[in-house]
Amino acid sequence: MRLEWPLTEIRRRPIKTIFTEERGDLQRFVVLAAISVALMLADARLAQMTVVRSGLVLALAPLQWVIQLPGSTMRWISDSLTTRAELEQENARLKARILVLEGKSQKLVSMEAENIRLRMLLNASDSLDESVMVAEVIAVDPDPFTHKIFIDKGSRHGVFEGQPVLGATGLMGQVVQVDPYASRVLLITDSSHAIPVQVARNGIRAVAIGTSSTMNLELVHVPDTADIRVGDTLISSGMGLRFPAGYPVAVVSEIRHHPGRPFAEVRATPTAELDRGRYVLVVFSERSRAPAAEAAPAGNDDTADTVPEGP
Amino acid sequence: MEGRPGDSLLIVISFLVAVMVYNIPLPHMIEYGRPEWISLVLLYWAVALPNRIGLAAAWTIGLVLDVLSGAILGRNALAMLLLAFLAKRLYQRLRMFPALQQALIVFLVIGLQLLLLHWIDSFQAVVSPPYLYLIPSLTSALFWPLVYFVLHAARLRFR
Repeated sequence: MRLEWPLTEIRRRPIKTIFTEERGDLQRFVVLAAISVALMLADARLAQMTVVRSGLVLALAPLQWVIQLPGSTMRWISDSLTTRAELEQENARLKARILVLEGKSQKLVSMEAENIRLRMLLNASDSLDESVMVAEVIAVDPDPFTHKIFIDKGSRHGVFEGQPVLGATGLMGQVVQVDPYASRVLLITDSSHAIPVQVARNGIRAVAIGTSSTMNLELVHVPDTADIRVGDTLISSGMGLRFPAGYPVAVVSEIRHHPGRPFAEVRATPTAELDRGRYVLVVFSERSRAPAAEAAPAGNDDTADTVPEGP
Repeated sequence: MEGRPGDSLLIVISFLVAVMVYNIPLPHMIEYGRPEWISLVLLYWAVALPNRIGLAAAWTIGLVLDVLSGAILGRNALAMLLLAFLAKRLYQRLRMFPALQQALIVFLVIGLQLLLLHWIDSFQAVVSPPYLYLIPSLTSALFWPLVYFVLHAARLRFR
C-alpha cells in the first residue's frame, strides 16, 4: 500500500539548498529547546510564573470552551433527555434521602454541641466550623498517570490553591491550580500527592501517598509493629494544616511484613469514589484558611460565613 | 500544490478535533493505550506541508497544550518541537515508504517523544509504572494510516 503525498515546492536558492535549510532547522531546534527548558525551570522555581500562566489561561479560555464542547453537550443532552417518570422517581428518592440525612443531622447538632462543650473542658480551641460549596466535575485529565479533575468553580467563587475537596464518601484531593471560572484538583491517588492520616480506631499516624492507581494508597514508614489491621478506617489527621481533620480517606486493604525491612507495606483503598460521580464539595474551613489569614491583617478572617453554600 | 487557502482552516480544525478526541474519557482498561492524536496530526502536517508546519508552529502548539492541560510550561512544547524536528529531518524519506514502514517510523518517533515526556515528568517526582507509558506509541502507529487517510481525504475535498 502506497500513501500519496503532495508535491513539495522546492525553494529556489542559489546553492546547496538542502544543507542551509537543515542547518537553519538545527539552530531553530536548539534555540526553541533552550527556551522550553528555561520555561520549565522558571515554572518550577519562580512564583511570578503563576501570573504569566493565569494570563495565558485567560487568553486561551475560548479555546478551552471549544475543546470542552463535546463533553458539555453530552451532559446537556443526557440532562435534557430525561423522562418525566425518571425525574419523578429521582425526586422521590432524593426526598427520602433528605429525610434520612436530616434525621441524622438532628443528632449531629446535639453531638456537636456536646463535642464543643467537651473540648472547652479540655481547653482545646479547635473550631468545627466548615462550610462547603458544591462544584461540578467538568473534565478529567486524559493522562492515565496523573490523577486530576477539573471543577467548574474558580477564583471568582472564592476557590484558592490548596483547598481540600470532598466527595460524598470521603476526601478526594486538593485544589492545585485556580483559574477564574474553573480549577484543577489533584486527587489523593496521584503519585505526587501525600496526605497525613491516622487510624480511626487508635489514632496511629501515617502518611498516605498516591500510587497512580485509583484503587490504592500506600502508607509509608509504618513500623512493623504498628497496630494497623486490614479493614481499619484511615481518617485525615489535620496535620500539615491543609486538610481538615476527621474526614474518611481510605480503608486498609492489605498489610505485608517483610522480615528484612524496617517498615511494613500497607495498602489502603480510598473511600471516595475518585473515578466516578459528577459533584464534589469544596471545603472552606478555619484550618484550611490558615495561610491566607496569616497573610491578611488579623481580625478579618471570618469570610467563610459569606461563602455561598449549595449550588 | 503547497499553501492552498483551504489548508489553513483545515490545519486549525484538525488540531481542534485532535485535542477534543484526545480529551474524551476512556474506560480504565484501554486508557493506557490512548493514541497520541495531537502528535499524529502534527506529524501528518509536518510531512505533508513541511514549509507550513515547522518547528516554531509545533512549539507554539505544544505551549498551548501545556496551558490547556495545566502541565509545567514547556513540557509539551519541547516534546512537540522534538517531533517536528524529527519529521523535518525524515519527511523526504518518510514519503517514499510504504504504509507499514511509515507506521514503524511513527512508532519510533512517538516512542521517543513519550520517553522525553516521561523523562521531564520524572524530574517532577511523578513516577509511573515502568514501560506502560510507551504503549501509546504502539497504538499511535496502528492509527497512523487512519489519520493519514482522513486528513488526505479532507484535503482533497476542501482544496
